[in-house]
Amino acid sequence: MDRYKLEFFRGTLDVLILKALVWGPLHGYAITSLIRRQSDDALLLEEGTLYPALWRLESKGLLEAEWGLSENNRRAKFYELTVEGRRQLRQETKTWQAYAEAVSKVLSATQPPVAEESA
Amino acid sequence: MKPLPMWRRYARILGPDPAADVKDELRFHLETKTDDLVAQGWEPEAARREAERQFGDLNAVQHAGTQIGEKMESRKRLQEHLTDTLRDVRYTFRKLRRDPGFAVVSIVILALAIGANVVVFSVVNTLLLRPLPFPDSHELVWIAPPPRSCGMSCATYSSDAYEEFRDGSRVYQGVTGYFAFSTADNLRLTGRGEPQPVTSIDVIGNFFRVLGVQPSSGRLFTPEEERGKSHVALLAYPFWQRQFQSDPNIVGKAIELDGTPITVIGILPPTFDFGAVFAPGSRVDVLTPLNLDQARDWGNIVTLVGRMKPGITTAQALDDANRVADDMYFNTKYPQTKGRYKGDLVPVPLKDYVTGKLRRSLIVLWTAVGMILLIACVNLSNLLLARAVARGKEFAVRGALGATRGRIIRQLVMESLVLSGAGAAIGLALALIMISWLAHQGSLALPLLSTLHLDGEAFTWTVFIAVGAAILFGLAPGFRMAMVNLQEALKDTGPGAGLGRKNDRIRSILVVSEVALACVLLVGAGLLLRSFLKVLDIDLGFQPDQSASIKVEYDDSAPTFPASVEKHSVIFQQILTKVSSLPGVEAAGMVDYLPLGQNREWGTPIPKGRTYPDGTLPGPLVYVVTPGFIHAMGIRMHGRDFAWSDDLKSPRVIMINASAAKFYWPNEDAVGKILMDGQQELNVIAVVDDVHEDSLEGQPGWQIYYAATQNGPSGAQLVVRSSLPPAELGGTVLRALRELNPQQPAAEFRPIRSIVDRAGSPRRFFMLLVGAFAGLGLLLAALGIYGVISYSVTRQKQEIGVRMALGASMGHVRGRILLSTLKLAVIGIFVGSIISLGSARLISALLFATSPWDAATYAGMAFVLILVALLSGFLPARRASRTNPLIALRSD
Repeated sequence: MDRYKLEFFRGTLDVLILKALVWGPLHGYAITSLIRRQSDDALLLEEGTLYPALWRLESKGLLEAEWGLSENNRRAKFYELTVEGRRQLRQETKTWQAYAEAVSKVLSATQPPVAEESA
Repeated sequence: MKPLPMWRRYARILGPDPAADVKDELRFHLETKTDDLVAQGWEPEAARREAERQFGDLNAVQHAGTQIGEKMESRKRLQEHLTDTLRDVRYTFRKLRRDPGFAVVSIVILALAIGANVVVFSVVNTLLLRPLPFPDSHELVWIAPPPRSCGMSCATYSSDAYEEFRDGSRVYQGVTGYFAFSTADNLRLTGRGEPQPVTSIDVIGNFFRVLGVQPSSGRLFTPEEERGKSHVALLAYPFWQRQFQSDPNIVGKAIELDGTPITVIGILPPTFDFGAVFAPGSRVDVLTPLNLDQARDWGNIVTLVGRMKPGITTAQALDDANRVADDMYFNTKYPQTKGRYKGDLVPVPLKDYVTGKLRRSLIVLWTAVGMILLIACVNLSNLLLARAVARGKEFAVRGALGATRGRIIRQLVMESLVLSGAGAAIGLALALIMISWLAHQGSLALPLLSTLHLDGEAFTWTVFIAVGAAILFGLAPGFRMAMVNLQEALKDTGPGAGLGRKNDRIRSILVVSEVALACVLLVGAGLLLRSFLKVLDIDLGFQPDQSASIKVEYDDSAPTFPASVEKHSVIFQQILTKVSSLPGVEAAGMVDYLPLGQNREWGTPIPKGRTYPDGTLPGPLVYVVTPGFIHAMGIRMHGRDFAWSDDLKSPRVIMINASAAKFYWPNEDAVGKILMDGQQELNVIAVVDDVHEDSLEGQPGWQIYYAATQNGPSGAQLVVRSSLPPAELGGTVLRALRELNPQQPAAEFRPIRSIVDRAGSPRRFFMLLVGAFAGLGLLLAALGIYGVISYSVTRQKQEIGVRMALGASMGHVRGRILLSTLKLAVIGIFVGSIISLGSARLISALLFATSPWDAATYAGMAFVLILVALLSGFLPARRASRTNPLIALRSD
């Protein structure tokens, strides 16, 4: 399979991060791996850009961070969704799906639109 | 995720460190990535490089992270702080609600003290601190001779002198001035129904340009109009509002003043108040350009105001003035008048001229009001300490539960802040009322008062003193509380234990300092009161009571001087005959300048045959009066009064005052003597008492009275002596005047007493304020004494019970308590007296004929304070003496 390099739309990364944390707290490295695996390696993320996004979400109160121990027993910073973050994720998912649906409808059209009579 | 084990939490033991957090987080990422790559079979070194490559710009991310982290950290801190503060505030309100008596008393005390401080600050700010309401006002100077005991004539200059000074000086951007001898209500606004009195001032054409005043509508005088030959006028803003209902279309139209149409060319801005700056306590309605040519032979008529060039100092201006003075003529027609102004041109900052005399008074006032605030703080400290004892346990429990000392102090300071905040809010409202009242006291002869208002600076000052006071009175009890020994406080169940006793000592010291401060205030107020009474007792030379005056309009325009004199003599005689015949009128007469107002001089006549070196004789003030005036004014005289028959055909007659008579003829009767005014013989027909013409407190100079039947008066003030109240008489007199002259405007019928009162108004104002502060201080001190004694009685209830059980009488118990009260008061009075004696110099400049060490004042102060102390100690003493030993011993 070809590896598409998909550019991120502005704000998309935020939703992906929120989504990645739905199943529980993760540290930054785990989030990158998770996004990559779930997109079947289609979404190539420059790992560095993840962190500013994380911190921004944290400062907005959508995420909460806590230091804990990783699987390899290292000190790592774990992020967790707040209530506000979950609400934001639901909202963004809805918007995203509506958007994608609309775009794909247009793109997959097979006939020109019927001209409307002006009233 | 596994939680971080306890031992690995050492990392941030010294507090949060966002930068290090970011570094750690990123390092973890890279290390884990490297591990993963190694697991996939990479060489360790290559794996690390690959991890870094995939990461991207490490430094940029790290930088961004640090910034976000720091922002979050500070926000978090702020939030924590806010929640804490909010909790403290809520707690405070809960506490205060539970003790409304305490809250109300403290807030009232603070409101009074802070309100008084805001008012005084506003006054001081307006009069002393703030620059005059002109652009670059520091460049403005008032140019006048050094102060001397003569009137306005010595403070003014002739037209020629003004022009020579203006042209000869090199340090000014502009020199201007105004005609100094206008009287109040000198014109009538006619042609608009009933004639209205109007006060107009002639100003030198460039007056507004030099001061930097722009009209709020219309324009200033054109160069042509500045010469003063065209009939144009600028209206003062309040006059325009009052008389023309702020009609903007009046500009460009003509109004009628004394029947002459005068074109209104502009309205002055509301910020410009001529009276507020140059003539405190009076209003000016219309400003017209002065015709210097016409006034050329009138002698000294204009005051001088200059705007110095930027960077010039008053010292330089003085040098320059001394240089110019040598070549100045009083009148260029008379060469011998060259150099007459030598040493008589001294520029002082205009601000100093306007408010300089009040500096001392204001400083004293400010000190007094500061003391009030101190007393209030001491009082509050006292109340809080009393509460602190009751709350000792509460804080001990909080301390035991882990509240830090800082936390408890913060809580206490918060309570103080809430109290002083509430006090400041109410105080500000009080100040607002007081200030708007003061600003409308037109009769108070204080400069700039009408510009008084509560502004941002006053508000800042309020916040400043409120916070300052809160810290002052909250910190001591706060520390006291925080130092509490937990165990002792928790054990301590009765009020007789350690903390209470220690507190007693502090509270006694506080009360003593309160009494001392009240004592200083009382001494100050007492001295001012005595001075004020002395001023009231001054023999003014006339009797202001039962005498009132009204400005009379008349028209004596005639082609020649004799015709004009004849014309007004007839008018005056008609008026006086009519007014004298009114029921209740004892005497009536006219004068052109009333005492304690404006004045002028005409040169010094000397006895026939004598010569005096130039400039050694004082310039007598001149009054042109009708027969009957001396009697109507209640001036004592010796000799005969002017008569209507003393006209231009008969010998010239004058009256002189006692000072002049004594100088010329020390051991003789001056009546019948002759003074020479140039070639003119003046027969002295009477010697009258010295009249305080210029000021209440100054020494009167020389005065000469000329007959209105032989001279041209500059106006006519009808003075009527009657036992009827002026309000009743005023209407009758005005009707009589209108019968003779329908053009007579509805001028005010002013009791002469009110003129005297106005001259004394600044002194009365300061005395009343300091007196009010002293009263307030006394009240607060009484409250403090009551609080301490009352508390110590409660604390010693058991002890008193034991004493009474052992046979002490009620009187004995009462006496003991009163004695301890007296001790506090006496120590306070002693300390306060020492402070007062030491600071005598500060107040001595404000006193009149009173020593700053006046024994009677000190004795009175001590008497009042001891009386008040005994009164405030009496209530608790009575309560103590009624203690039932059985109940006292059983309780607790």
